[in-house]
Amino acid sequence: MTYALVAGVLFGLYFSLVGIGLNLVFGVMRIVNLAHGDILMLGAFIALGVVGIAGIDPLFAVPLAFMVFVLAGVLLYWVLVPRLQGSANPEMLSIILFFGLSQVIEAVTTIFAGTSERSIQSRLLGTVFTTIKVKWLGGKAAGAGPIQIFGQGFPAPWVIAAITSLIAIGLVYLYLYHTRLGTLTRAVMSRRDEALATGIDVDRVSAAAFGIGLGIAAVAGVFAPFMFGSVTPAFGADATVTSFAIVVLGSLGNPLGTALGGVVYGLCYMLVQTYLSSWADLLPYVLLIVILLLRPSGLLGRRVRVA
Amino acid sequence: MHSASKHLLFILAPLVVVFALLPGAYQNHLLLFNFVIFLILAQGVNIIYGFTGYLPFGYVGFFGAGAYGFAIMVMHLQTPAPLAVLVGGAVAVALGLLLTPLLRLSGAYFAIANLAASLAVLHFVANPALEGITKGPYGVSLTGTFNPTHAYYAAVVVMALTVGAVIYLKNSPFGLALQAVREDAVSASMAGVNIIKMRVIAWLASALVAGLAGGIYAWYVSVFYPDNVFSGEFSIFAIVFALFGGVATVTGPIVGVLILYGIYNLIGFTTPQYFQLIYGLLIMGLVLFLPAGLVSLATRRGWHVP
Repeated sequence: MTYALVAGVLFGLYFSLVGIGLNLVFGVMRIVNLAHGDILMLGAFIALGVVGIAGIDPLFAVPLAFMVFVLAGVLLYWVLVPRLQGSANPEMLSIILFFGLSQVIEAVTTIFAGTSERSIQSRLLGTVFTTIKVKWLGGKAAGAGPIQIFGQGFPAPWVIAAITSLIAIGLVYLYLYHTRLGTLTRAVMSRRDEALATGIDVDRVSAAAFGIGLGIAAVAGVFAPFMFGSVTPAFGADATVTSFAIVVLGSLGNPLGTALGGVVYGLCYMLVQTYLSSWADLLPYVLLIVILLLRPSGLLGRRVRVA
Repeated sequence: MHSASKHLLFILAPLVVVFALLPGAYQNHLLLFNFVIFLILAQGVNIIYGFTGYLPFGYVGFFGAGAYGFAIMVMHLQTPAPLAVLVGGAVAVALGLLLTPLLRLSGAYFAIANLAASLAVLHFVANPALEGITKGPYGVSLTGTFNPTHAYYAAVVVMALTVGAVIYLKNSPFGLALQAVREDAVSASMAGVNIIKMRVIAWLASALVAGLAGGIYAWYVSVFYPDNVFSGEFSIFAIVFALFGGVATVTGPIVGVLILYGIYNLIGFTTPQYFQLIYGLLIMGLVLFLPAGLVSLATRRGWHVP
């Protein structure tokens, strides 16, 4: 029981990180980024690259993945989104557009990387810390063994991913509530038309949000090989649906909501897995439908939607 | 001549005649059968998305429900195949009824919820705990009813009914009212349209069509796994085919299936990942440059497209 609860919180924090980028993109632009899971997958491949080519701790892939995908996101925004916003029904068409994008990403990755499952040895993650400990504190290189919480051992990567997620969510919160661009972002989230009318450069704000959203997704992707065991180019689609469940469970446009949604999701997932394992696959979908029907604005949301 | 009978005569009749005669001239019957199935599904998507604006991202849920309705009737009650196909359709309608609350959601929320619903049905059917009823993830084998020729003609009949339904929607006050609801639900209800009834009827009609197609598919292939009949590709292909041609028209989805599924069969089997790449680029180009489908090339010039 304790094990399931703690593991649920650890996974839940990670799931929040997975969902938060999607939340940002949908909240600001009303665009359904169906390629979200594929960005995660690409982040995982950056981690594989860092380990495979440079042979260093995959944690170094985190800033790299973030920078690459912020830039890619801003570029992609200017290519795709203004044209999409001009069409008759941008919300619906965005689903199809980003489905196309996810197909392209998946196909290109398959062409270059093949369809085999990739994984990274979990002891590689966090080797930076053990090295520092050895150098400064004169301890012995112990390797990243299980970490003890409440008398139960948990794999170190889970804990590292959960801590990184906490830091990332904190940074998103700081960005949204304590910077000028973040304030403008929230203005666009609540009323796009009025934001435009008050002279906010909606396109610039949206491009920034899109880039950050993709960047965070890629950071979450770096940890995917450790959390899910392995990744394949086809991993993206499932990740997208899971992310949606988490985002909707929290609420749109509220990073704290997504954090809560992720933790609730992680707890449910671990509990169902422990007690009713054959029905665990059903959980995200049923949870998603129930929440959508009962409380479309999410656990922490105000009513923002008309009809 | 009345425009509905024109449509029946010049679109439906040639389509049915061509697909009824082709098996005699062309050897690859499975390919022809798949064309007919995708024509049904694309028109089914057309009914719900084209005329009401709800994007059924989990449309395959009905297809799979139909296939499993068929399989369960044949396995447990030894019903004859045509009756089991009808039951498949009824199962899909029942699932549609169960999911009617989803119609309260709008826009992307509906699409995502529908996708989740189809995945939930997949995991429900594939659950090892239900092995006694659905055979769980181990798949179904229905050799007793195997008869591809009959199944093919049944598919042509369902296709004729589906295209007929779209022609009806295109030419009737009912279809016009549906499109009014799609454009502006509030104004339509002010004008005396019963929004809820309209949407539910269109929703169940498209569920019925997909369920019948699923039942016939199960009849034709006779051996399948949950992952086959609930494959997301069915939803995606049907939606993209319909959109590529142009929704809310009779000809659009037909053109879309013939062109895109044709390309798929030319290059898709040998090098799937290159096809996926081309396909993805095609979809993106379509949304960015031709959001109203191929038929908009003609309508922009002021030609009328049925």
